[in-house]
Amino acid sequence: MADLRVNFCGVELKNPITTASGTFGFGHEYGEFFDLSLLGGVGVKGLTPTERLGNPAPRIAETPAGILNCVGLQNPGIDRFIEEQIPFLRQYDTAIIANVSGNTVEEYEGMVEKISDADVDLIEMNISCPNVKCGGMAFGTRPDMVEEVVSAAKKKAKKPLIVKLSPNVTDITEIARAAEAAGADALSLINTLLGMRINIETRKPILSNIMGGLSGPAVFPVAVRMVYQVRKAVSVPILGMGGIRTGKDIVEMLLAGADAVAMGTVMFADPMAPVKALRELEDWMDAHGVKSVSELSGAVEV
Amino acid sequence: MSIQEICRVADCTRLGEGLYSITMHAPAICEKTQVGQFVHIACGEGNLLRRPISICDWQDGKLRIVFQVKGEGTKWLAARKEGDELDVLGPLGHGFDTKALGDKPIFIGGGIGVPPMLACVKKAVGEGAQPRAVLGFRNKDAVILEDDFKAVCEAFVTTDDGSYARHGFVTDVLKEIVADTTGVAACGPKPMLKAIAAIADAAGLPCQVSMEERMGCGIGACLVCACALKAENGETRYGHVCKDGPVFDAKEVAW
Repeated sequence: MADLRVNFCGVELKNPITTASGTFGFGHEYGEFFDLSLLGGVGVKGLTPTERLGNPAPRIAETPAGILNCVGLQNPGIDRFIEEQIPFLRQYDTAIIANVSGNTVEEYEGMVEKISDADVDLIEMNISCPNVKCGGMAFGTRPDMVEEVVSAAKKKAKKPLIVKLSPNVTDITEIARAAEAAGADALSLINTLLGMRINIETRKPILSNIMGGLSGPAVFPVAVRMVYQVRKAVSVPILGMGGIRTGKDIVEMLLAGADAVAMGTVMFADPMAPVKALRELEDWMDAHGVKSVSELSGAVEV
Repeated sequence: MSIQEICRVADCTRLGEGLYSITMHAPAICEKTQVGQFVHIACGEGNLLRRPISICDWQDGKLRIVFQVKGEGTKWLAARKEGDELDVLGPLGHGFDTKALGDKPIFIGGGIGVPPMLACVKKAVGEGAQPRAVLGFRNKDAVILEDDFKAVCEAFVTTDDGSYARHGFVTDVLKEIVADTTGVAACGPKPMLKAIAAIADAAGLPCQVSMEERMGCGIGACLVCACALKAENGETRYGHVCKDGPVFDAKEVAW
């Protein structure tokens, strides 16, 4: 039997499969379909300093092999997450990955400081949300701003700090290096790709926010490419995500350079996808004589 | 509690232009279903998202849906044959509370909003109420389930163009009989629901409406199917059609 355990910035995950922030709520809903303890970690809905209502509907448009969304970080705020959701998630034997956002450097500092004192295992700092006006992607697309916001947040972090990168940049390695130089303990990539659909009958954009983030199998090759490029550019661990559907996709993402992965949009098609992928990954590793996940990370032969 | 069940199609029948009825074996889902809930059906390899379809009726482990072909997903669904398997999540969402509508409730459906009202009417009858149904359609070709309703209660049918039954809107009928009713439940296009909510409100009657929005996960995790609701402080907040709804108290909705 293959050893699926992964040590991700000092946190032991029982397997490399986590859930992508924004696709999993706080775990209650998918917890009706499978035992959350099967997961290596749970990435929760992006949190902000106070409650955010999000954007009006429509917030979703289907695309070939994907979806566009413009939810706009609807969440109850960090305090209610700490009070109401952490106790729920702690019933399960899985790592909690808290995802935090802010509008200003100060807000990011405050968020990271507050969540550090809460009972979570990893902090994922979102500097790449395409659906909010301030902050979000605005921070994640310029190396100087990445360095500023990450180094400020890192000073407040008492838990490993993962920085989530935007693919909507000319050179993701430049951003990855800036985050690493500023003290990021790990990187997660990719967030969604900015996209747009138009209703040709009404000539209006389908999404209320005009543009939205593309996710799902359509973006998988882009994610693999970016993880591969970032792996060569930095030495911190990588949480690879973007369009993963199956155990074989996980193997591919690991080979590209990921140390662990997150699954998201595929669960909208099949709530059991992470559990099925876990079995597939295990079977594939056994069939190929691969003893541990770390043997696969970055093992692509070029 | 939601379930994923592989359901065998017992029957797929064309009811009219682009309108289909599928009955499937879904014993586990049927056991938990309440009126006004929906199922989320995987519609072929090429369509990533499932399609949310309201539950029309269920009996003896068989669940019936009646739907309109609107795109690739529902086109795939309409092509199913007896014996085919469907990957179904359900029962999902928050349904109608028929008891809260009193002993003379009115159930109103507009177009493809008609199907979920059938189980409501049956439930109300079972609870000892005397329900009536008002069913509105675009035209004669769009009329569905008229006999199913008339078999269980008094039902009024309207068509927008007068090509069948009464010429006019469901709201015309509602205004005439609202004085003799104890509560209103409705499913259909948003302008229709808004008009119904206003009439019910003016008459001081409880009113429940089933809303629709573009949906993702169907279970409340992805937060895309936002429905604008009135917050306690008078501002707008967003509930989600898939989990908080599809049925909302009409007073809660920010029309």
